[in-house]
Amino acid sequence: MTAQKTVLVIGGSSDIGHATALRYAQAGWHVALAARDIVAAQRNADDIKARTGVEVTLHPLDVLQTDKLADFAASLPVLPDTVISVIGELGDQTRAESDLAHACQIMRTNFEAPSLLLGLFAQAFQARGSGTIVGVSSVAGDRGRGSNYVYGAAKSGFSQFLSGMRNRMALAGEVRVITVKPGFVRTRMTAHLKLPAPLTVMPERVGADIFHSAEENGREVIYVGRRFWLVMTIICLIPERIFKRLKL
Amino acid sequence: MSEFTGWGNYPILATEQLGPRAPASVPDLVRSRSGLIARGQGRAYGDAAIGMASTLSSCGLNRMRSFDATTGELTVEAGVTIADILTTMIPRGFFLKVVPGTKFVSVGGAIAADIHGKNHHRDGGFGDHVYSLRLVLPDGETVSCSPSDNAELFAATIGGMGLTGVIVEATLRLLPIETGWLKQTTHVATNLDAAIATLADTASATYSVAWIDCLARGNALGRSLIYVADHASTADRNRLGPTQPTFPEARRGGVSVPSIFPGFALNPLSVRAFNEVYFRRGVARAGAAELVDWDPYFFPLDAIANWNRIYGRRGFLQHQCVIPAHSARAVLADILERVSRRGTASFLAVLKQLGDSHGLMSFPVRGYTLAMDFPITDTLFDFLDELDALVVAAGGRLYLAKDARQSRATFEAGYSGLGAFRDLRSRIGANERLVSHLSARLGI
Repeated sequence: MTAQKTVLVIGGSSDIGHATALRYAQAGWHVALAARDIVAAQRNADDIKARTGVEVTLHPLDVLQTDKLADFAASLPVLPDTVISVIGELGDQTRAESDLAHACQIMRTNFEAPSLLLGLFAQAFQARGSGTIVGVSSVAGDRGRGSNYVYGAAKSGFSQFLSGMRNRMALAGEVRVITVKPGFVRTRMTAHLKLPAPLTVMPERVGADIFHSAEENGREVIYVGRRFWLVMTIICLIPERIFKRLKL
Repeated sequence: MSEFTGWGNYPILATEQLGPRAPASVPDLVRSRSGLIARGQGRAYGDAAIGMASTLSSCGLNRMRSFDATTGELTVEAGVTIADILTTMIPRGFFLKVVPGTKFVSVGGAIAADIHGKNHHRDGGFGDHVYSLRLVLPDGETVSCSPSDNAELFAATIGGMGLTGVIVEATLRLLPIETGWLKQTTHVATNLDAAIATLADTASATYSVAWIDCLARGNALGRSLIYVADHASTADRNRLGPTQPTFPEARRGGVSVPSIFPGFALNPLSVRAFNEVYFRRGVARAGAAELVDWDPYFFPLDAIANWNRIYGRRGFLQHQCVIPAHSARAVLADILERVSRRGTASFLAVLKQLGDSHGLMSFPVRGYTLAMDFPITDTLFDFLDELDALVVAAGGRLYLAKDARQSRATFEAGYSGLGAFRDLRSRIGANERLVSHLSARLGI
C-alpha cells in the first residue's frame, strides 16, 4: 500500500468542487479544499468527512489576489499529488458589456487567476517529476456566443493555457494536464437558469469524470456530459456568416 | 410561479418556488413570506408539500454534517435523502432504523410525515429515532429541539407536516448491521383472518408486511402474501448466500414508465391477471428462508422510475387508513368487500401492523393500516367518502402524507391531537405564515 495521496481542490466551496473532492475522498485520498468563502467550504468539508471518515483540511484563498498566489502554494503543508481548479464566475454578460470592472472580474476569475495558479503548480510538479493538473474550463470557451462571450472568452483563454501546458509537460515527462469542459451542470452558479434536461448533468457526474480522467488514465480533454462533444463540434463547424446571425 | 403536484399527480397547483442552496439562507426566506411550506422530494401523494403562496424546496440542503461511527449518530441537512444515507452508510455497516416504501424521500419529509416502515409495531416511526432537530420558526428564528429540549415543539414537529417551521437539520440514530441482506420468509394467507393472524404470529420479527389481492372475493377475501424479514447476520449470509458480497450495492438504472402511459391499460382484467401471477409466484416460494438484497426488499417499486404515471394523466389517489386493533378485523373486511365489489383496479394493497406513536399529529395508532391505490375516475371521490365513514366510525384516521381529498370532518374526527397542535401553531405565529394546500383544505 502506497502512502495516502493528497488532492487540492481550488474552489472548494462550489458544488463541483464538493462533488470532485468527495469522489477523491471515496477513493481514500486526503482532501485539501482551498476557497475564499470558508464557511461554505467548511460545510463541504464536514459533508465529505461525515460520508467517508476522511480528514479534510481547509486553506483560505482569494485567487484574485494574484500577488499572494506564490505564498499560498508555498504555505501548503504538502505539495499535492493532484491539483484541480474548479473556480469560475458566470457573471452577467449584459452588465459586462458596459461595466468594465465587472468584465475584468469575469476575465480574471475565469482565465488569469486559475492559469497563474496552475502554472505555479506546474513548475513545482515538474521539479518533483510527478503530478496531475486539472483545469475545469467550459464548453462556452469553444466558440464565442453573443449571450456569454466575456465568460466564454476567458474560458477559451484558460482552455488554451491548459492545452499549451499539456503540450509542454508531455515533452518534459511525468506531469499530466487535464482539461474538463462541462456543459450544463445543475449547481449554485446555474440555479437561476432554465437548463435543457437532456444536456444537464449533476455535479457528481463532473466529479466522477474528473477522477476517471486524472487518476484512471482517462482522456486528457473531456466534455461532461459527453453529448456536449457533439453539440460543440457542430457549433464550431457552423460558418461564421451563418453563426453570427444565430441567437445562441 | 411553478406548477407542483404530489406523487399522485393530483392536484396540480402553481406557487412561487424557493430554492435555498444552504441552511443559512432559509431564515430570511421564511421571515419574508407568508403561505409557505417546505417541500422535500415531492413524494407526498397529494397537496401536503405545496405551499399556498410559496414552496421552499429542500433539494439544496443536501449535505451531511457529521457522523460518529462508534455511536451511529448521524447529523444531516433536511434535504438529504434516505437513498443517499443508505448508499453512503450501508458499506460502513449502518442502516436507518425506519425506512418507508420508497428511498426517494428527504429526511425533512420523513420527519414531517413521521413515516413508518414495516417495523412500526416493533420499532416505532422515523421520528422515534430522531435525537434532535433544528427548526426555522415562522419568525425566522432557528431553534434546536429534542425530546428533552423544546419538547412540545419537537413532538408537534414529528408528524407535523411542516406546519411548525422549516426543518433544516436533524440528528438520527442509525442501526448497526452485519450485512446488507434481509432474511425473508414468505407466508401465504388464504383470507383476511389468516392474514391478520399471520401478522400477529410473526410480530417478533423485525419487518412484516402483507400484500393483499384486492380483487379476491367470497371465502378468499383478503387473501395475502406476507413477507416477514430480519436483517441477515454474517452467519445467515454465509449459510444462505456464501458467495454474495456483505453489502450489496443499490440497484442501478431500472426501467421508467413513459409519460404518455395510457390510463386504460390498467383495468380490472389486467390487474386481476397481474395479481394472479403475483400470488402464485409468492405461493411457490413460500416457507423457506431466503436472502433478499436490501434495495428490492424495502423499495421494490423504486425499480420502476415514475411508476405513478401508470395511472395515466388524471392521476391517482392512495387511500391509507389505520384502524385500531380491536375493531380492525370487521372494518377491514367491510372495506375490502366494498373495494372488491366495486372491481376497481387497485394495483397495490398493503396491510401492515402499526404500534403507538409519539408525534402530536403522527398517523400511526396501535392497529392495522391498509393502503390502496385507485386511478382517479368521476365516481372515485364518493366511493372513498364511503370508506372514510367506516374508518371514522371505527375510530381510525387517514395518513396525511397520502391524502388529497379527505373532508375536514373525517380529519377532525381522526386526529385527537389537533386542538393542541392548532394551539401551538397560534403561539408560534404559524397560522398565516406556514400554510400548505393540505393545511388550508383541512383547516389545520
